[in-house]
Amino acid sequence: MIVEIGHYALILALCLAVLQSTVPLFGAARRNMAWMTLAQSTAVTQFVLIAVAFGALINAYVTSDFSVANVYENSSTLKPLLYKVTGVWGNHEGSMILWVFILSLFGAAVALFGVNLPPALRARVLAVQGMIGTGFLLFILLTSDPFRRLVPAPLQGEGLNPVLQDPGLAFHPPFLYLGYVGFSIAFSFAVAALIEGRVDAAWARWVRPWTLAAWCTLTVGIAMGSWWSYYTLGWGGWWFWDPVENASFMPWLVGTALLHSAIVVEKRDALKSWTILLAIITFSLSLVGTFLVRSGVLTSVHAFALSPGRGDFILALLLVAIGGSLGLYAWRAPQLKGGGIFAPISREGALVLNNLLLCTGCATVFLGTLYPLFSEDLGGPKLSVGFPFFNRTFVPLMVPMLMAVAVGPMLAWKRGDLRGALQRLWLAAAGTLLALLVAFYVTHGGPVLAVLGLGLAAWVFLGVVIEWTDRIRLGRTPLAETWRRARTMPRAAHGMTLAHLGLAITVAGITASAWQQERIDVVHPGGDLTVAGYVFHLDDVKTIPSPDFTAERADITVRKGNDIIAVMHPEKRSFAQQGATTSVTAIHTNLLADLYAALGDSDGKGGWTLRLYWKPLVPWIWIGAVFMAAGGIISLSDRRWRVGIAARARAPRGAQPAE
Amino acid sequence: MARRLLYLLPAALFVVLAGYFAIALTSGRDPSLLPSALIDKPAPDFTLAGFDGKEGLSRSALQGKVAVINFFASWCVPCRSEEPLLMRLAEEEHVPLYGIAYKDKPENARRYLDQLGDPYRGVGLDQSGTTAINFGVYGVPETYLIDKQGHIRFRFVGPLTAEAVERELLPRIRKLEGS
Amino acid sequence: MSRLALIALCLLALMSAARAVEPSERLRDPALEARARAISQELRCVVCQNETIDESGADIAHDLRVLLRQRLLAGDTDQQAINYIVARYGQFVLLKPRFEPATYVLWFGPPVLLALAALAIAVNLRRRRNRGEAGPAPLDPAERQRLAKLLAEDG
Repeated sequence: MIVEIGHYALILALCLAVLQSTVPLFGAARRNMAWMTLAQSTAVTQFVLIAVAFGALINAYVTSDFSVANVYENSSTLKPLLYKVTGVWGNHEGSMILWVFILSLFGAAVALFGVNLPPALRARVLAVQGMIGTGFLLFILLTSDPFRRLVPAPLQGEGLNPVLQDPGLAFHPPFLYLGYVGFSIAFSFAVAALIEGRVDAAWARWVRPWTLAAWCTLTVGIAMGSWWSYYTLGWGGWWFWDPVENASFMPWLVGTALLHSAIVVEKRDALKSWTILLAIITFSLSLVGTFLVRSGVLTSVHAFALSPGRGDFILALLLVAIGGSLGLYAWRAPQLKGGGIFAPISREGALVLNNLLLCTGCATVFLGTLYPLFSEDLGGPKLSVGFPFFNRTFVPLMVPMLMAVAVGPMLAWKRGDLRGALQRLWLAAAGTLLALLVAFYVTHGGPVLAVLGLGLAAWVFLGVVIEWTDRIRLGRTPLAETWRRARTMPRAAHGMTLAHLGLAITVAGITASAWQQERIDVVHPGGDLTVAGYVFHLDDVKTIPSPDFTAERADITVRKGNDIIAVMHPEKRSFAQQGATTSVTAIHTNLLADLYAALGDSDGKGGWTLRLYWKPLVPWIWIGAVFMAAGGIISLSDRRWRVGIAARARAPRGAQPAE
Repeated sequence: MARRLLYLLPAALFVVLAGYFAIALTSGRDPSLLPSALIDKPAPDFTLAGFDGKEGLSRSALQGKVAVINFFASWCVPCRSEEPLLMRLAEEEHVPLYGIAYKDKPENARRYLDQLGDPYRGVGLDQSGTTAINFGVYGVPETYLIDKQGHIRFRFVGPLTAEAVERELLPRIRKLEGS
Repeated sequence: MSRLALIALCLLALMSAARAVEPSERLRDPALEARARAISQELRCVVCQNETIDESGADIAHDLRVLLRQRLLAGDTDQQAINYIVARYGQFVLLKPRFEPATYVLWFGPPVLLALAALAIAVNLRRRRNRGEAGPAPLDPAERQRLAKLLAEDG
């Protein structure tokens, strides 16, 4: 019964979405207030209805209602409660419900919190959200209905894949979707602006918080996915340039570019049509990503199981959404009046450089991901494009960008003083040189590129710190004045500093993987293996039975010198029922480096293969991501997004912005 | 005017992209399948022992004949599902089937064929898997069609289906045998 | 059916990465072994999406690792050993696509894109400077009157 209610709720939501897509648009054109405000009620109601549907599906999983086909295929009474719930979005149909849930969540948020938006703009934004919702609700109801019933209901479900029962894996989809789908708001704003025919500083200010929120959550989602791979897969890899990973990375790259170019629109009223295009492209990349993962044209371990019609439907969705918006862009964007001019060396210039490199980087990832498809379509050989390509093409693009991160914020708007900025950064340059020398010495002249990479990270870090201390006049004015400046500085500035620091930290973590040391060998209980000065002593390997699996657990004591650093317990679990074996790696971190241990096979003679790694600075990859997200959140809390537009609200009701 | 066209560029590029996607979708390709690198090339040379020291399988023995080589294994679950089809092909359609047991113990392979039926005119034992690697096998079952000159003309990955046999395998066999 | 099997095999192999390059496979000569490791890190495991044969726990990856080492022992150069495997499994095993006409677009794409984009930006900036766009157009008298009225109202 509950399942049917959920199903019905979805259908109702679809009807509301259709309403929301049409009436408010007419209302905005005819300046009919009632029609425009309809959008708000439909957006909120749609969210409630989809929440009901989502709840119904979750309920079916929690109660293990195997008469629902989706629950039967993806769940089991033997799963712990947590994984029953998270299993809801671990499959295609359920994840689509999560998708529209988040879509409607953002729509409702705009309806409820966007009170400062001019009514016509808000109506149009919600209308475009409604169109997207219509498309996806139709997709769900027609091709991917999670509420399909199975008669007769089986007694037990099939979905007890041990691989999927993991906290990191279970929670990274919601974050990812909050990001992916959150960019739909920027998209809706862009299309609404094109329909209206104007983009101004106010538009940029309204769009920013939504874009920031989506960007923050996408950063967390990608970092979580990467971290999951790291601790699960047994050799400590954390990025594979897998098509689905790329599908989440590309919107992130362009989303970052969007965040930066929106600043220029807001501050200088320039780069308007470019920013609109970026907003459209960011969400379009999310849509293309959805297509790639669910249509079956590319395979990846992440790809969902699929059936034919789905790919066609999503492609049609893409044609309407992306083709439509880009077509609208081609038609209306030329009418957007250009804004302030600026010299090439200026803050705007730096932001343009940022955009250039990020977007070219995204195009590179795009090319590499889809080239095999292009090649095969044209009858060419089946190729594969892997990390060597991306390392050689993407990484060189990021180098100048990182160098600019330290310099850009030091340049003035309109016309910047590059020499002055560089002079103020002399301390950063000195620090970088020092870092380079230290790194070179410590790593015994290791891979030169890695040393340079670390130097680059140091440059960014120090440059950001100098910019911040400069701004609060640290050391140049009394401490009280410095403190006052730090307190009253807009939060967005603090956010920027934190986010850029996070970037430097992540880059350092990434480059340091060149210095990892590994040791893979057979060892008998009582034996030792040494990696990077740490002695791993294998005490014993015990067999531990457990209701669902049999585990071989190794007890390893790690010593450095005479001190015991850690006791690690990597495991190998055999799931008899599924015939699968998973490895549980043991990781010990001191936040500067990770000790990583995985248990391999027994050699049948009492010896065991141990894979041991010392990975310097690896935790910084995720710590940096946390800093970046934190910076974004702090920026979000900036008062200027909430105040500042209050004055507008006092304008007489029913007033329309000048067309 | 040129500026106007520039604004059209993103939309135009997208249409091209959508075209590629449409081609990929409608081609019905399975992207996880690897096309053989040896199509139209000579089949690798091999000489494999048979059961109980009896005559096995070698490439030279197949010279001048059209042959369908099927890589199988007793431990391979999907192989069992194609067995009935193979039997039918051998008995009713008189398809010249030859089997290569991939990484299988001779006793197990023998038992497998006794249980499910032996559709092969000859069986070779590839215990090390070297011959399979030379063919470019990456999983079992796989089926190769070899022409009279000893060139590989077609490869099918996975258990044969009635549809695949009707549409792809039998027509090609007939063409090769006719020439 | 075979797709499901491949995916299952893949997941299995992913999780049993503990069977990736094994001590027993290692060559005695460290220089040869280093070459073998380097090469295997650039070869794709054909069964598992996005794993190198160095990392993968799949049987076929094991076979290919052993095969690679046999070829190196037999005196092949790196390129010859790679070609041996490519001859059997196709270009798909190469994680770094060959630099040849079929892949020119791939390899030249990024730098060409960068150059074109930079050019477009430079041209655009120069054109705008020449046109002297200094910002929004100044208000005309009628608009100035409206503004004065609104400001008076707003108080």
